[in-house]
Amino acid sequence: MSESNNPQLEALAAEALAEINAARETVLLDKVRVNYLGKKGSITQLLKALGKLPGDERAAAGAEINRVKQEVQSALEHQRVALENAELAARLASEKIDVSLAGRGRPQGSVHPVTRTIERIQMYFEQVGYAVAEGPEIEDDYHNFEALNIPAHHPARAMHDTFYVSDFIGGASQESEAVASSNDIKYVLRTHTSPVQVRVMENSEPPVRIICPGRVYRCDSDLTHTPMFHQVEGLVVDEHVTFAHLKGVIQSFLKVFFEKDLAVRFRPSYFPFTEPSAEVDIACVMCNGQGCRVCKNTGWLEVMGCGMVHPNVFSHVGYDTEKYTGFAFGMGVERLAMLRYGVNDLRLFFDNDVRFLAQFS
Amino acid sequence: MKVSEAWLREWVNPSVSTQELVHALTMAGLEVDAVEPAAPEFSGVVVGLIEGVEPHPDAEKLRVCSVTDGMSNFQVVCGAPNAAVGIKIPFAKVGAALPVSPSAGASSEPSMAIKKAKLRGVESFGMLCGASELGLEDTVDGLMILPADAPVGDDVRALLGLDDAVIELDLTPNRGDCLSVMGVAREVGVLTSTRINAPAMPSTPAQIDTVAAVHLRAPAYCPRYVGRVICNVDATAETPLWMREKLRRAGLRSIDAVVDVTNYVMLELGQPLHAFDLDKIAGDIEVRHAQQGEQITLLDDSSVELDADMLVIADATQALAVAGIMGGASSAVSSATQHVLLEAAFFVPQQHAGKARQLGMHTDSSHRFERGVDRLGQERAIERATELLLSITGGEAGPINLADAGQPHTQQHVDLRAARIKRVLGFEMPDVQVNDILSRLDFVPRHIDHGWQIMVPPHRFDIACEADLLEELARIYGYENLPVEPPLAPMTFSLKPESSTRAGIFRQQLVARGYREAITYSFIAPQLHSQFFNDAPGVTLVNPIASDMSVMRTSLLPGLVTAAAYNLSRQQKRLQLFEMGLRFVPQAEGAIKDLDSSLAQTPTLAGLLCGDRLAESWMAKPESNEAPGQKPDPFDFYDIKGDVESLLALTGHPAANAVEFRTIKSGESYPYLHPGQSAVISLAGKVVGLVGLLHPELQRSLDIDHDIWVFELHLNLISEKKVPEFKELSKFPEVRRDLAVIVDQAVLVGDVLACARSAARNELQGLVVFDRYSGEGVGEGMQSIGLGLTWQHPLRTLNDEEVATLTNEVVAALQEQFNASLR
Repeated sequence: MSESNNPQLEALAAEALAEINAARETVLLDKVRVNYLGKKGSITQLLKALGKLPGDERAAAGAEINRVKQEVQSALEHQRVALENAELAARLASEKIDVSLAGRGRPQGSVHPVTRTIERIQMYFEQVGYAVAEGPEIEDDYHNFEALNIPAHHPARAMHDTFYVSDFIGGASQESEAVASSNDIKYVLRTHTSPVQVRVMENSEPPVRIICPGRVYRCDSDLTHTPMFHQVEGLVVDEHVTFAHLKGVIQSFLKVFFEKDLAVRFRPSYFPFTEPSAEVDIACVMCNGQGCRVCKNTGWLEVMGCGMVHPNVFSHVGYDTEKYTGFAFGMGVERLAMLRYGVNDLRLFFDNDVRFLAQFS
Repeated sequence: MKVSEAWLREWVNPSVSTQELVHALTMAGLEVDAVEPAAPEFSGVVVGLIEGVEPHPDAEKLRVCSVTDGMSNFQVVCGAPNAAVGIKIPFAKVGAALPVSPSAGASSEPSMAIKKAKLRGVESFGMLCGASELGLEDTVDGLMILPADAPVGDDVRALLGLDDAVIELDLTPNRGDCLSVMGVAREVGVLTSTRINAPAMPSTPAQIDTVAAVHLRAPAYCPRYVGRVICNVDATAETPLWMREKLRRAGLRSIDAVVDVTNYVMLELGQPLHAFDLDKIAGDIEVRHAQQGEQITLLDDSSVELDADMLVIADATQALAVAGIMGGASSAVSSATQHVLLEAAFFVPQQHAGKARQLGMHTDSSHRFERGVDRLGQERAIERATELLLSITGGEAGPINLADAGQPHTQQHVDLRAARIKRVLGFEMPDVQVNDILSRLDFVPRHIDHGWQIMVPPHRFDIACEADLLEELARIYGYENLPVEPPLAPMTFSLKPESSTRAGIFRQQLVARGYREAITYSFIAPQLHSQFFNDAPGVTLVNPIASDMSVMRTSLLPGLVTAAAYNLSRQQKRLQLFEMGLRFVPQAEGAIKDLDSSLAQTPTLAGLLCGDRLAESWMAKPESNEAPGQKPDPFDFYDIKGDVESLLALTGHPAANAVEFRTIKSGESYPYLHPGQSAVISLAGKVVGLVGLLHPELQRSLDIDHDIWVFELHLNLISEKKVPEFKELSKFPEVRRDLAVIVDQAVLVGDVLACARSAARNELQGLVVFDRYSGEGVGEGMQSIGLGLTWQHPLRTLNDEEVATLTNEVVAALQEQFNASLR
């Protein structure tokens, strides 16, 4: 503080500064401000009293008072900032919470591993231009067998343990009486998704590029078979489709699906609806083809069936067998899911134990 | 089919290892399922000759044998009842190693070492073995009897050729021609370019002139039948060990010499044979259709009733055998048989297919006839059987009696166009190679314009068209060697229309809201179906895998609730599950006319909630004064309704009133839902589903002691999606007016909102319920509903009077419809 020849003013200033320093809360500091600089504050009063001074003293006295006022003001401001900072710090400290406690809300759910697998398969084929087609699961004999070149009593039917649907719909309680005794039951639970391919071909002209995912049923239940499972089948029909394209797309798909540059081999097999037909093996993903329990020490795992569409199938749907060729393939979703995720028991897929489902979150 | 490698190599012996052979078969479409050793590991077992048998001084059932191995004599204590002087038996000497659990196949099992031992005080140097102790099949009780000419002291393993592999082939139904050693040998010959060495099969000239006359009454089914009488056989003669061993390795049991010979020839040549006891046949042989309902007792003593489309071999009085499936008991060969009739026939596969299955049977014979045996192989098989039978049982053969329906056995011809090879297989195969492959397969190619005409050999039933020949070319060329072309994606864009919702969106939404996807069986127990739906009809399976999986679900809920019960019983108390799939709803009772009109197969989405709203956590704990665990916070109707609303919101219907939840009416039958806490959901006026609480009675009968909230939605009806349409935003302020109206407690808030909405003019921008209260202050049986109305005009600011008028119109409508009063 600079020297002044007004001891009263100096005392007032000293007192104000002392009070400012002593104020420990912003409300108290505000009171100090009002006491000195408010409308009736003592410094304000001094300024108001300037008018009573003789003219020649007024300027000097005014300057003195203003100087003091500014000093007080600046001290006030300084103290206010300090107090506010301290108060904010205190508040923040008092508001501290435990951020390690769990957040609020329902836990995340999960997609079934079978669906998850179908979605991955579907994603691949949609990217290469295939459309997805679906169809009924209770099928007629024609679409499930006849149109696929599997006539009645064909030995190939023994490859499909077929569930037959009663021709008669009645109350569920009388189901045993309702069962027809006929040997030629017309309706079945589809044993594969191939009937969907037939339906698509019946309703559209080539080119056809589709995959058909869905539930299928076979009358078989043991450690490695469930009476219901899922397939994804594919069909391509166009003017210049060859077995070489089939090999190409299957190899590419399997490498993408397993995210691995694995060995893929084709070997002859038999399906009534394709000719030539092939089974597709991949190098065992569990042991990298070295031989293990999963691949029965062969180093290979059978994962798909495929082939060139049989001309009889094209004839059934009215496609020109001279103009068009096509290939079809099919795979078991549960098998791929088991290999991909290391699931060791097929039946887990349909127990729906949430501890199992939660592993696919 | 099981094939002994040693037997196969008698026919064709390429210089490749077992592994290479197996690989070649698999890669040619004859998939090898397993390769097993013909016998488990053992060593130190030689041919022993029993020279003396004395009773054991101290044990009634044991005997003390003196055995020679040709060099020395050994004293061996033995318990076998058939131990006798002069027989040759497998003798495990001290130091021999025998299999512990003697079953062929498990080759890694530890072996049992034979040591010098004392049995009841008598020293024993080694062990005399029964067949099963060596992993072979017992044919007698006790010691295995080795052939009389077996050299004493020789290693038994070598004598019996046990260092052999049994190759198990998983043959596809088209390759009936490979159901024999000859057939597999033929294939191996082609694959390895090795010549076939068929064993010499001399034909036997007739020694007598006895003939059983044969009449083919069903030539379309059986166009060819070869019979031969063999008189004066010794049916008790023992089948030689080598034949028994081959049968065993093929998985067949030895029965008696006659049957063993017929089985042996079937395994060797693929032609099933049958032997009748000639003395039990009355009159001529008739190959005829069965009479409807005709009965026959079969060899296995089962009795079957036949249909008229089946074929029998009959005599003048009765059916003797079901053709190509199984012989009958009445004419079966027995130890007393003196004269036999051997039969080898050809049954047309298309006719024969399914017949065994109709009888619930499947035999080695039916398996082969269904797939097709060589059309012309009957005489060869009869000759082979004659030769073998005579050598074992003795006897005199009659002439071969061929009954041939005289139908021309047209050789099948199939054309192959060269250009088609490239069209289908994707590469050009040189003519030389085509010729070579086809010739090796016994096809006879003849060049014609642009390709070949091929004559199909009589043993191939799977070559009917050009595609079949293409497969043969590819198969022998090697699928591995066929070219590969990278997949080409056509540049077509098939984005789904924006106005449709992919089912996957609903799945994602539910997963985000905490649901886990389940997949339950499409068939459920009939009781469960009735528990949910009383006597509503369902589609039933004729041949369910189990009686509790026999009705096709008409709803996804029984399966989901079952899954919930499964988890609840495993201490998983908080459940959020959903499933997507078809349900199968009959549209009319009675016979199914066609799939579309009789049955709806409806894509459906169903969900389930059970337990507490939030997973257990520090927050779910009760506040302040209540002890932990005292305040459960279970899911309620508005949780599951909120989830359903979030799904319906994905359909993008712009108007809030497009979705309606209404109480179940008394006439509507949803017996599985709590009538007071469930709702019918409609979207734009169409019923799309249900939501609510499982009926307490149902819950009790299912033995579940937790509330279960469920919803089920018709996916196709909620998949339509509104494409957004922009509306101008108002620049003018909105004004809110709150009302508290008092109405009867029975009035639904939804109805109040609907009334308010329809009474309000277009300026109504928002309508919310901010409060609902009943109790003190609103009168008995009444409720107070707090409505917040937001008003806004697109082009100007509304003044107070206008807002009051707009609001009053709503109030007036509520007064009129619900007798509402303002609070």
